[in-house]
Amino acid sequence: MHNEPSPEPMVAAKIATDATEAPVNLIAKMKATIADLSARQILMLIFLGLSLLAWYPIYSRLDPFSRWAAYDVFRIAPGTHLGDAVSFFFLDIPKVFMLLILVIFGVGILRSFFNPERTRTILAGKRELLGDVLAALLGVVTPFCSCSAVPLFIGFVEAGIPIGVTFAFLISAPMVNEIALVLLFGLFGWRIALIYMSMGLLIAILTGIIIGRLNMEHQVEDWVYEIRMGQTPAQLQELSWMGRVDYGIYQVKEIVGRVWLYIVLGIGAGAAIHGYVPEGFMASIMGKQAWWSVPAAVVLGAPLYSNAAGIIPVVQALLEKGAALGTVLAFMMSIIALSFPEVVILRKVLKPKLIAVFVGVVALGIIMVGFLFNAIM
Amino acid sequence: MKKLQVLGPGCPKCTELAKRTAEAAKALGGDYEVEKVSELSKIMAFGIFTTPALVVDGEVKVVGQVPSVDEIKKMIG
Repeated sequence: MHNEPSPEPMVAAKIATDATEAPVNLIAKMKATIADLSARQILMLIFLGLSLLAWYPIYSRLDPFSRWAAYDVFRIAPGTHLGDAVSFFFLDIPKVFMLLILVIFGVGILRSFFNPERTRTILAGKRELLGDVLAALLGVVTPFCSCSAVPLFIGFVEAGIPIGVTFAFLISAPMVNEIALVLLFGLFGWRIALIYMSMGLLIAILTGIIIGRLNMEHQVEDWVYEIRMGQTPAQLQELSWMGRVDYGIYQVKEIVGRVWLYIVLGIGAGAAIHGYVPEGFMASIMGKQAWWSVPAAVVLGAPLYSNAAGIIPVVQALLEKGAALGTVLAFMMSIIALSFPEVVILRKVLKPKLIAVFVGVVALGIIMVGFLFNAIM
Repeated sequence: MKKLQVLGPGCPKCTELAKRTAEAAKALGGDYEVEKVSELSKIMAFGIFTTPALVVDGEVKVVGQVPSVDEIKKMIG
């Protein structure tokens, strides 16, 4: 075991960096990078590699595992209410967490290439329509938490980014996030995850266009225009590959630490519905023929917040019992995109009229998505 | 003397970063002045808009993350 990098590659790297030939340079750079790694980092990389290799073989065997856990370990008879609920729980818990860890790590690496400061630079000076589309797309990959919505809003306004474009970002960033996508993919399959993502982007872009057309610049609180922002520090933009891996691991710890309890509770509730609620029970309340259920789902979903992680497993169980897909999508989008705390935060920078327009347009968009899916599916 | 500034409007993560920074400064035992900056216009004067952030002698070191005490020690040492 080398606890310290041996001196030879360092010297070699230095000499080779001075050389003019490009291939030699590249190899030397790689050598230097490896020499810079500590023993702990190398161990971590090996562990990461092994985990990635083992991921799929484990993931593909979760179904037999869940039946084994429910029927053999807990000795519950298959086909009973309890047996159904318990095997559902043991299938979904490892499935969701395995997907979550893998995807958050991957998205973390991807996100280390983006930050709100850089996104602002990209969006500054773009025309309205192109800006709306770009902002919605960047909202997916830019790390964002609704607690920094206010500084972000000010930063965008100060860079001269149109208000509609800013809203396209503020809607897409929380709505099309990796937690929602992972849960949708794991529990509903890739089709619904893709539908959710494209509808989320569409609502963000359309709201951006509408708010842009309404010329609501004067509906921003006046003090926002008085803030002067400093120059973005240059070294924020650069990260080494090791830094990106660290960032991915940091994201996994942070996000899983924040949402694991909601997921366990949500899957627990979903498992209970799965085992005990009779087939077709939800059809009368959340079925296609109950047209009012779409707006009702949006109104119910708006005050709920950050429990998206816990709601999706419940929603899956509802869908299984006869709820319509459009209604369920509307419910989910409303919980994630419209949240009471975020509205309170944004009230600091927006006048009430603009807040009302924002909530109204997003809610209408979600209701339309709900109706559309109930009509075509 | 080194000047450490923890930027954040008061979210839970910001409080955590302030706590860890104070801990790191105490462990190193050097001459540090720790200041909490919560006023939005002052935070934005540093050119960032993701909080929490750590600034050492006017230089932005961390943005939007809460590093461990050991990592903070390296940044301020």
